[in-house]
Amino acid sequence: MLKNYFKIAIAVLRRRKFFTFISLFGISFTLTILLVLTAFIDKVVGDSYPDRKRDRSLYVSRIQLSMKDGRSSGPASFYLFDHYGRSLKTPVKVGISSGFNGTNTYVNNKKIAVNYKYTNGDYWDIMEYDFTEGKAFTKQQIDNADKVAVISEDMKREYFGDVPSVVGKYIEADNVKYRVTGVVKSVPITSYMVYSDIYLPYTVAKTDFRKDKSYQGGFFGVFLANSSADVPKMHAEYEDMINRLPMPRKEVIKIYSHADPYIRSYVDAGDEQHSGITIAITAISIFALLVMLLPTLNLVNINITRIMERSSEIGVRKAFGASSGTLVYQFIVENIILTLLGGLIGVILSVVALQVLNGANLIPNLVLTLNFTVLGIGLLICFFFGLLSGVYPAWRMSKLNVVTALKAQ
Amino acid sequence: MISLQNIEKVYRTNTVETLALNSISLDIAKGEFLSIMGPSGCGKSTLLNIMGLLDQPSKGAIKIADQKTDHLSDKQLANFRNQKLGFIFQSYHLINDLQVLDNVELPLLYRSGSAKERRKLATEALEKVGLANRIKHFPNQLSGGQKQRVAIARAIVGRPEIILADEPTGNLDSAMGNEIMDILMQLNQKDGTTIVMVTHDENMAHKTHRLVRLFDGSQVQ
Repeated sequence: MLKNYFKIAIAVLRRRKFFTFISLFGISFTLTILLVLTAFIDKVVGDSYPDRKRDRSLYVSRIQLSMKDGRSSGPASFYLFDHYGRSLKTPVKVGISSGFNGTNTYVNNKKIAVNYKYTNGDYWDIMEYDFTEGKAFTKQQIDNADKVAVISEDMKREYFGDVPSVVGKYIEADNVKYRVTGVVKSVPITSYMVYSDIYLPYTVAKTDFRKDKSYQGGFFGVFLANSSADVPKMHAEYEDMINRLPMPRKEVIKIYSHADPYIRSYVDAGDEQHSGITIAITAISIFALLVMLLPTLNLVNINITRIMERSSEIGVRKAFGASSGTLVYQFIVENIILTLLGGLIGVILSVVALQVLNGANLIPNLVLTLNFTVLGIGLLICFFFGLLSGVYPAWRMSKLNVVTALKAQ
Repeated sequence: MISLQNIEKVYRTNTVETLALNSISLDIAKGEFLSIMGPSGCGKSTLLNIMGLLDQPSKGAIKIADQKTDHLSDKQLANFRNQKLGFIFQSYHLINDLQVLDNVELPLLYRSGSAKERRKLATEALEKVGLANRIKHFPNQLSGGQKQRVAIARAIVGRPEIILADEPTGNLDSAMGNEIMDILMQLNQKDGTTIVMVTHDENMAHKTHRLVRLFDGSQVQ
């Protein structure tokens, strides 16, 4: 019976090529968008290089000061992490790094855009960058405010050209020359907490971050626990610390900041009452639903037209013994065949789209790949599409009176 | 074999009520070949559809093969049609997307049985109507007479006790019509299949055992 359904499904697809094209295009294009998007999200939040200790780390990306007439939200200050964060008992390390800043530098009259960020010593103990040569600057060098730098592989190539080693050579940024101590494998800009072209000791900055005692600044914090079992305790300890912070000004009535797991820290909205993760998941769900709803409605519409065109066949099948239930089953199977075909095209399109995106190098070092989880989800989505868009037309058609169906030829 | 008692069929719209069949009572014996004649719109096809359980009467009772049919569910009706009845339509109603063999197999899809068995029965049915050499063809590659023979093969493949034919020769020239009629008569005589045929053709009708005439929804002969 399934073979018969398959034959008729393929025949119907070949019969009205334009309708088939619209149906398949709707499914495959939507799926491609979803697959590329999920591959992107998967890469952004799932790629653990160089941050390989996520299971025992908590991240602080923001701090929010709530006032009677508004709020101020942004990254936290070096002082908050250095003074308060490092006083916590559970964390064994507190990595502190600034967000990246941009400047220009010149090599042989060629302008090079450079992003640099400042870090403390713990940062290099927590993060596991792959060094292609040299090593990170030491805590001693930080304390001495030595003008040293770790650079990315991309920066090395761009600034020094194709040379075997650059450790010990100088790189200029913001009119200051830094001695290169190590070269690391590049990180895509989407991993914004760890990305940079040049990493510098925080002590070499023109501003002394230690003296700015406000809570807000331009820094991220990574708190490392001894084991993953200590992470909840570390989270609670940080919350407690924030709750005990003295108010910086009398207008400030509440301070929000959380040490969260990596993904959650990406969408941290400060106030947990209005959790960022809830907002993000809701927004993504609504978006995915809308993206899926449009081709589904389109499919429902096309399916109704297509099925009604086949009323003679429906009449004949009913006359010769097909019950309404059997017909619903047949049309759903046909629809699933259609959507799986669309899904297959979608997967092929996604692979092509990812290759094109990777080839275009829109985001340097971000290599998108189609993983099997995403593929599985894609196929499940197709199956769901097939059911959703097939059930209503199939049910409507199955209720068709046999005589009316036969007359409609 | 078929017993109709006081069958009435009324079509209602918001403003008009049309009486399509008026108190028809008819008994058709097993192995009988009966034809129904009458002018267009007199209710012939409606009566045939009611006999074939494709439509429901507004009043009256139908018994087929000693079984009352008025309380059967959609599934039971479908099963009953599949087991007991075969249909032949004036415009063939073949599925153009399927090959001849797949078309003929169609009633067997709704029964248990292997694909191999279905193929065997469908090939036999096509042999019976002289179209065994056309199994791979699609309906639109056949002539009208050949299409109707495929439709007959589809009607008989499940070996039903009753065949209901709605103007089976209506779209064919007289030579083709005679061929189809010969096949139907053979089925009736050799296999003992009960056949009820709606026709406009007096010659065809006179070849059957009994003729029933309708006029304005009532039986006049």
